[in-house]
Amino acid sequence: MEQLAKLTTHRYFQPGAVVVVMLLALFVAPAIFNTFWITNLTQMAVFAVVAASAGLLYGRVGLVSLGQVAPYGIGTWVTMRLAYATDLPWPVLLIAGGVVAAAVGVLIGLPALRVSGLYLALVTLMLALAVEILLFQLKFPNGGSGFSGVASDLSSITTLPRPTFAESDAAYFRFAAIVAFLMFMLATWFLANKPGRAWASIQQSEPAALAAGIDVTRYKLIAFALAALMAGVAGGLFAGSVQNSIGVDQFNRQAALFLIAAVLMGGVRSLWGALIAGLLAKVLLDILVEYMVGGQFWNDFSLSLFGFGLMMNLIISTRDMEKKGLLG
Amino acid sequence: MSIDVTDLTVRFGGVVSLNKMTLTFPDGTCGLIGPNGAGKTTFFNVLSGYVTPASGSVVVDGTELLGMPDFQRARWGVRRTFQTEQAIEDLTVFENVLTVEEHTGSSSRAERTAAVDAALEFTNLTPVRDELVRTLGSRERRFIEVARAVVGRPRLVLLDEPAAGLPEHETIELGSIIQAIPERTGATVVLVDHDMSLVQACCEWSAVLDFGMLLASGPTREVLEDEKVLAAYVGEELV
Repeated sequence: MEQLAKLTTHRYFQPGAVVVVMLLALFVAPAIFNTFWITNLTQMAVFAVVAASAGLLYGRVGLVSLGQVAPYGIGTWVTMRLAYATDLPWPVLLIAGGVVAAAVGVLIGLPALRVSGLYLALVTLMLALAVEILLFQLKFPNGGSGFSGVASDLSSITTLPRPTFAESDAAYFRFAAIVAFLMFMLATWFLANKPGRAWASIQQSEPAALAAGIDVTRYKLIAFALAALMAGVAGGLFAGSVQNSIGVDQFNRQAALFLIAAVLMGGVRSLWGALIAGLLAKVLLDILVEYMVGGQFWNDFSLSLFGFGLMMNLIISTRDMEKKGLLG
Repeated sequence: MSIDVTDLTVRFGGVVSLNKMTLTFPDGTCGLIGPNGAGKTTFFNVLSGYVTPASGSVVVDGTELLGMPDFQRARWGVRRTFQTEQAIEDLTVFENVLTVEEHTGSSSRAERTAAVDAALEFTNLTPVRDELVRTLGSRERRFIEVARAVVGRPRLVLLDEPAAGLPEHETIELGSIIQAIPERTGATVVLVDHDMSLVQACCEWSAVLDFGMLLASGPTREVLEDEKVLAAYVGEELV
């Protein structure tokens, strides 16, 4: 209770904006949007959590990781597999996906202890590629049996059950919004406490962090674990949103680059930037596809579009503002 | 808590930054002076663990420092400030100092808060306790670094040009804080600065380095009149 009071009065937590966004998400959006847009908003909540995880690593610790799609995909797989195989409640499924993803996140983080900057970006991208290949071989479960849970005959394929309290698209969106909110709160808690202060030190200067007695290695690994946990939970939410064996193309190299471009456009100095990134990637893009001349072209062209947006962002901002994104 | 340096040699490729430095720093506040490139910051970096010397030993309070992992030296009591100040932009003044205390000091929250507030009081930073560093000027940033170096129980406080960029009246204010560190904390202070009036005001004892060699050591006043020292600083107004 004391921790909660401390958290909600911390400068990283903006109660007014949080209340407005959550009211919009829980009551206004489900009432006014149709299934198509509600599904997009669910995807936005999922994407925002993954974006927040990548943004946290870059904006708060100074680690450029292009590998966040890996824990995201692994979280998706684990949650799907368990959802088909067991009757565990959804919060448990999501946590399980997050925990397995966190273990992978630490593995991805290990090379980060030796390299930084561009080399870290490359190494994490390669590791993401390895996970992409792994998931491609493993395939996503579709109701079959065995370790992989993949059925080959059409009659055995079933849809992934959603939580009993959130079976409709609108209810599932509310569920996703609440989980995303909890993930943001978790990140805020870490940022507002001892790890966040250690990360701020590490980001500014590793020698100064060492001089303060900070075990830099340990706190970098904590950052990778937390970011992977968030991405893994988001992966579980994603699984429940699409409810079928999703293509590995959600978790590929292109998605890794798209993610980091969206994250930088949104801005990494604040978790709100992650929400903006989700809005750009999962709502704005679909508005372009639905209502603008060109239609599907916008989707096919999305990576270049976001690359262009990122470039404009960097050109009009000074180097210091690079991390602020659209939030200025 | 004297510092015994024996035969300390540091090489970067073919460049010898410290050449068989052998020296005992007495208790209190010691000056370490010398022209640019003399090896002063290198010496600090050896003590902090960023630079591994080719040979030599540094014994403080009966403990050999050089075998200790870098981040654990701060926990043991080696604290420092940096030539380019490193107050953490994204944190408040209180959080800046707390970051050191929570990794090096007490495990109880109340004790931590008390230690941090005492350090802020000591460095005249109480009025800006909850301000973000990003909004503060050079005086506060420099003083925050000193507060980070003295919070809790330091044994060795290394100040690397703490007054760089400060106007004279702030340098004097900083000087009076530095002078009070040994009595307040029991730590030995080593002050590197080019401002000789600050070194004279703070340090009864000083050592002079030039090209990695120990040129002179002893009472500050005598050291500054030493002919070898004057020759090393040729063309510069020392006092």
